[in-house]
Amino acid sequence: MDWIVAHFAELVFFYLAAIAVVGAGCVVIFRSPINAALALLCTFLAIAGIFVLAHAELLAAVQVLVYAGGIMVLFLFAIMLVNVRALPQQPQFMRRLVPAAAVAGLLLAGLLVVAMWRVGQGPLADPATLTTAEGALVGNTQAVAWSLFMQYLLPFEVVSIVLLVAIIGAIVLGRKETAEEGA
Amino acid sequence: MTNPWVAFVLVPMIKIVVILGTVVLATAYMSFFERRLVGFLQIRLGPNRVGWFGVLQPIADALKLFAKEDIVPSRVEKIVYLSGPVLIIVPSLVVFSVIPFGPPTTLFGLLPEPIAPFVTDINISVLFVMGVSSFGIYGIILGGWASNNKFSLMGGLRSAAQLISYEVPMGFAVVAVLLMAGSLSLVDIIEAQRQAHVWFVFPGIVAFFIYFVCGIAETNRNPFDLPEAEAELVGGFHTEYSGMKFAFYFLAEYANMILISSMATVLFFGGWLRPFPSWGWLSFLDVVPPFLWFVAKVAGFLYCYIWFRGTFPRVRFDQLMALGWKVFIPVSLANLMVIGAVIVLLGGGR
Repeated sequence: MDWIVAHFAELVFFYLAAIAVVGAGCVVIFRSPINAALALLCTFLAIAGIFVLAHAELLAAVQVLVYAGGIMVLFLFAIMLVNVRALPQQPQFMRRLVPAAAVAGLLLAGLLVVAMWRVGQGPLADPATLTTAEGALVGNTQAVAWSLFMQYLLPFEVVSIVLLVAIIGAIVLGRKETAEEGA
Repeated sequence: MTNPWVAFVLVPMIKIVVILGTVVLATAYMSFFERRLVGFLQIRLGPNRVGWFGVLQPIADALKLFAKEDIVPSRVEKIVYLSGPVLIIVPSLVVFSVIPFGPPTTLFGLLPEPIAPFVTDINISVLFVMGVSSFGIYGIILGGWASNNKFSLMGGLRSAAQLISYEVPMGFAVVAVLLMAGSLSLVDIIEAQRQAHVWFVFPGIVAFFIYFVCGIAETNRNPFDLPEAEAELVGGFHTEYSGMKFAFYFLAEYANMILISSMATVLFFGGWLRPFPSWGWLSFLDVVPPFLWFVAKVAGFLYCYIWFRGTFPRVRFDQLMALGWKVFIPVSLANLMVIGAVIVLLGGGR
């Protein structure tokens, strides 16, 4: 009993980590795209739980709100509207499957190597930044706001601009070429 | 209260059971009041046979739904089909764990020390409520898809599009309150309204209007009840559900109405505070327990819900989308800028 109390956080972590890894594996393995999307949802939720364990409550809430509540719903939307089961028979979507998979795999491998190397160098960040701003103890939300809008303001704005450009690009690409109708 | 098992297990358990029971009973009686009230608005009687003026009607309905044959149509995606009602009812009940129903109370001296009449208060309550309640959409979209029925799928997709569209202006309306209160905790938001001597509905009238209209759209209620427009889509996403599985969808819809009303009460109408908390000559109103103020405000919003259902015609789907994207989002953003500017000019914030 005492052992469980002492190691409770670790037990919960391994439980959540197992869900996240198994869910990610199922995304690749499942045949039905809907089931794959639901497995991805489980992964997102497990990661939100890990954020809570790491005392990053705001990040956990945002993870649930944005990824689980918003992005996955759009995924399901797209899967239901497009007849995904018929896609493998349509060669124009399958032509570059092997090179695409190779590039994605290489990127993932590179990311993993860099991450493992960096973790070996010592902790990535001071855990105290999660709960302090200007040396004072504040809530997680205030602490994230301070570092986001004071210390990292420029990267934050750059990312915002990049996302805005991506949104405009998506709209331009998605629009049909019927300018005469005046939309 | 010194024993940790009492403080951390027993007391929360009792609170959870009481709050869950109250919310489920309230949702059941909400359907009764809706039928009676719509009957009144349409100059007819409504259910008045079971018990005194029909007050036992919800119990009879629940028993009927419970005793019905459990039908699973052939060719549905079985696991997803069965998890649909679970996915919609669980989030709509879980969110009530952070709704502050009243200040710490001793229950008129029954308890040795005051306890808070809500399960917990976390410092990201607002995000918690929005995140968890946005999860109910999975019950709708997956239930509609798994039913293997075109009408259900259309209803589910419509509902998902509606929910996503209206979550954005709703979020901006809530942010306006967060700017005024300076906190994400619901208890702190009520406390901020007490210290500001004003309910946030007065400085935030635009935000309140947007919040409540979006709330009606979020709960798929008339005039925004397109996902279940009978004339076009049979029953919408729950066409293929019957018995208790249908009852779960039904219960979740009413629980969400109570949630939206409770959040509107907390964010804009001072939660458990009495009207005009700073006016001394109104202090005779303090004889009413704070909890009853909360209930009265929530009941007022729920009345509005039914009133709108009885009086408004349904909008078209393109009108719904145009209203959300072309009116509410720009207006709520502009409102946010105005409120932020005023707060800075008044020297608020840091």
